Amino acid sequence: MSSALENAPAPVPGSVGTPPRTGVASMLSRGHVGTLAALIALLIFNFLFTPHFATMQTLSVNLTQVCVIVIVGVGMTMVIATGGIDLSVGALMAIAGAFAPQIFQGLLFPVPNLYVGIALGIILPVILAGCFGLFNGWLVANFRVQPIIATLILFIAGRGIAQVWTNGDLQVFKVPEFQQIAIGRVFGVPFQVWIMLALVLISAWALRRTVYGRQVLAVGGNEQAAWLAGIPVRRVKMLVYVISGVCSGIAGLIVIAMNSAADANLIGMGIELDVIAAVAVGGTLLTGGRATIIGTLLGALIIQLVRYTLLANGVPDAAALIVKAGLIVLAVWLQRQDRA
Amino acid sequence: MATAEPFLSMRGIDKSFGNIPALTGASLEVNEGEVMALIGQNGAGKSTMIKVLNGFCRKDAGGITFNGETWSASSPEMAQRGGVSTIFQEINLIPFRTVTENIYLGRELKNRFGLLDLRRMHDGARALLAEFDVDVDVRRPLGEFSTAIQQMVAIARAVSFESRLVIMDEPTSSLDEHEVAVLFETIRRLKAKRVAVVFVSHKLDELYAVCDRVTVMRDGRTVAVSPMSEMSKLQLVATMLGRDLAEVRRAGATAFTEGTRAIGEELLSVRDVAVGRRVHDASLSVRRGEIVGLAGLLGAGRTETARAIYGAGPHEKGEIRLLGKKTDFTEPVDAIRAGIGFCSEDRKHEGIIPGMSVRENLTLALLPALSRAGIVDEARQREIVLRFIKEIGIKCSSPEQRIRELSGGNQQKVLLARWLCMNPKLLILDEPTRGIDVGAKAEIQRLIRKLADDGLGVLMISSEIEEIVEGADRVFVLRDGRTTVELDGAAITEPAVMGAMAHGHGDVE
Repeated sequence: MSSALENAPAPVPGSVGTPPRTGVASMLSRGHVGTLAALIALLIFNFLFTPHFATMQTLSVNLTQVCVIVIVGVGMTMVIATGGIDLSVGALMAIAGAFAPQIFQGLLFPVPNLYVGIALGIILPVILAGCFGLFNGWLVANFRVQPIIATLILFIAGRGIAQVWTNGDLQVFKVPEFQQIAIGRVFGVPFQVWIMLALVLISAWALRRTVYGRQVLAVGGNEQAAWLAGIPVRRVKMLVYVISGVCSGIAGLIVIAMNSAADANLIGMGIELDVIAAVAVGGTLLTGGRATIIGTLLGALIIQLVRYTLLANGVPDAAALIVKAGLIVLAVWLQRQDRA
Repeated sequence: MATAEPFLSMRGIDKSFGNIPALTGASLEVNEGEVMALIGQNGAGKSTMIKVLNGFCRKDAGGITFNGETWSASSPEMAQRGGVSTIFQEINLIPFRTVTENIYLGRELKNRFGLLDLRRMHDGARALLAEFDVDVDVRRPLGEFSTAIQQMVAIARAVSFESRLVIMDEPTSSLDEHEVAVLFETIRRLKAKRVAVVFVSHKLDELYAVCDRVTVMRDGRTVAVSPMSEMSKLQLVATMLGRDLAEVRRAGATAFTEGTRAIGEELLSVRDVAVGRRVHDASLSVRRGEIVGLAGLLGAGRTETARAIYGAGPHEKGEIRLLGKKTDFTEPVDAIRAGIGFCSEDRKHEGIIPGMSVRENLTLALLPALSRAGIVDEARQREIVLRFIKEIGIKCSSPEQRIRELSGGNQQKVLLARWLCMNPKLLILDEPTRGIDVGAKAEIQRLIRKLADDGLGVLMISSEIEEIVEGADRVFVLRDGRTTVELDGAAITEPAVMGAMAHGHGDVE
């Protein structure tokens, strides 16, 4: 006995309900209005009060800083959509980042020329990170290990693997052709921003329109019901961790390309918390079943912009951390309002 | 000091959710030491009425007096302290904590050092449960016991607060006959102590067994109040539905009518199946175009047998054949591919995906077939959803409405449609009308009959004997995990089914 809706007149099929929206409109749902409004308010504030805000350089700085978080956030949003969490993302970034230079510099095995080396140096580390993601998924799906524990294993061991592999040394390299993936520009915008946008758009579309995307949300919404309806719950869960691993791998490569150095001790350090914060601020339900990748993008932008605003107006970074925490509290509170 | 004012009086209660009115001028009056039945269809406003009383929601208008004073509980805890306790349909206790801890939750006994006095609490819990004929080790975690025991613990807990009014919202839905009898005994004892009881149930027999008066609600209003003995079952149903008595009499108690009975080849055969500790030797069969009833007491192994057929649970022994071929389902998806659909008895936890729309819930299983290269064909999806909404009369504001906002009956229709759009050969329905109001129940029963007439095989588990007797073409009765009797045609009578459930053999052989 839920409500008086029982007594509502039966609808005339075809005449009621909004048809499913398509294109960009479908991706920007009502749930984003608040997040978007906050972002616009921040932008207006900055245009008015922050010196030199309306410059290409400011845009570039902010976008490059947010890129890595958003790319990892794409995978994290999918994992959280199933009701899981992935703590190992930073460690997987370190693994991909530590392996790549050794491949394209030909230290691991001889490569015929630079370009083949770079191609392998991109593909193999990403696959490797995906395999580690598969390990996470295998633990979660087959042994029903709680996601926070399952991914804690690689959170601890993953960075260790990268460090042992490189003897903890900083690998400096100068391969501009490889570094294009981060710092090359297309239409004046860094290439990594294009990668980020492509990933966001593809995955947002996939979550909405593909069978797999809907199954991810169904599993997060009610796992038992999904299983009884014939959804391959184990495979669905396994795959979200692989996706998260692949996204982390890509992010790891971007980080080393930006720095022209790979330091297994530092790549992706502490990023998991920034990413989870972006996902939460973006409006994805941390208990699963409702997820928005566009929201994650907006969430990451808001967190970044708040930090930038404070820094540019002379507030120290340490204080910015407190504001960031406040944002998360606000986001969680808003989610609760929505559910009540 | 004796006034005409009743013990509990709720008058002119209004309550809206958003702009949808749930209650309009509803009233409820209960005297001291009286058992009041509160009935109505789903969506009639019973639950809302209870929630207003126990402080779970705030009323928009109206007045409540209780025990001579104005009543203004703003939370269930406050209501409990004020002498009103509620036993909810779903058990809300803590499965990992012991039975004792659950009973004393929030009012633990302490010794003189301020520490928990476990011994006194265990003794108290044992004594309390003994009153209910429940003999369990109170030091074990609650979750280890059956649902029925858990329900009894919940009832014992609620009663043990020195309550002056106890609200029971479908307390018997997970109890077996004996436990129901014990519960009724408890209600009578409460009555003797001048405690008032509000009893909500969909099972009419229970109301007549234990209630003094009845309040009938419909569309958020109180439409009738009468002594139980002055209202016949048919009158009761008619008032609930707001229909003419003669019409209901013509339609029968359930909506199952004699079908055309074009019964075909054997679809499913289950031989000597054993599942865990519950099922030892279950056998049954379903043919094309027939409804097969699976009857038995709570814990007789009906659900376990059904889940084994569907691949949702293992079976250790015996064989299951579908269209003559031995099946080897390890996951529900295997059974679905073979043409079986399954509606769980637990709609909320194993059926609906609450946050998703009617459209998505309806096409959940069909999704792979609705797609090209993994991309959902939304136009076709929408077309199918609209067709089923119309065909089986799902009441929703739009296909995009979230399913959790629908009434139980409409949720069940969506779940049936989830399988019907797959064109299954066999449908397994575990308690298809549990917790569904009379009107929607009749619609669902009619739908099941029609599906069978169209050639579908249906295996229907039901705890309502009427539903089995009137609905099924053949009946198998399980008792303690063994198939005891198969009844066919005219041999299906209430005494025969009940006899088989109770003694393991039908009175009519």
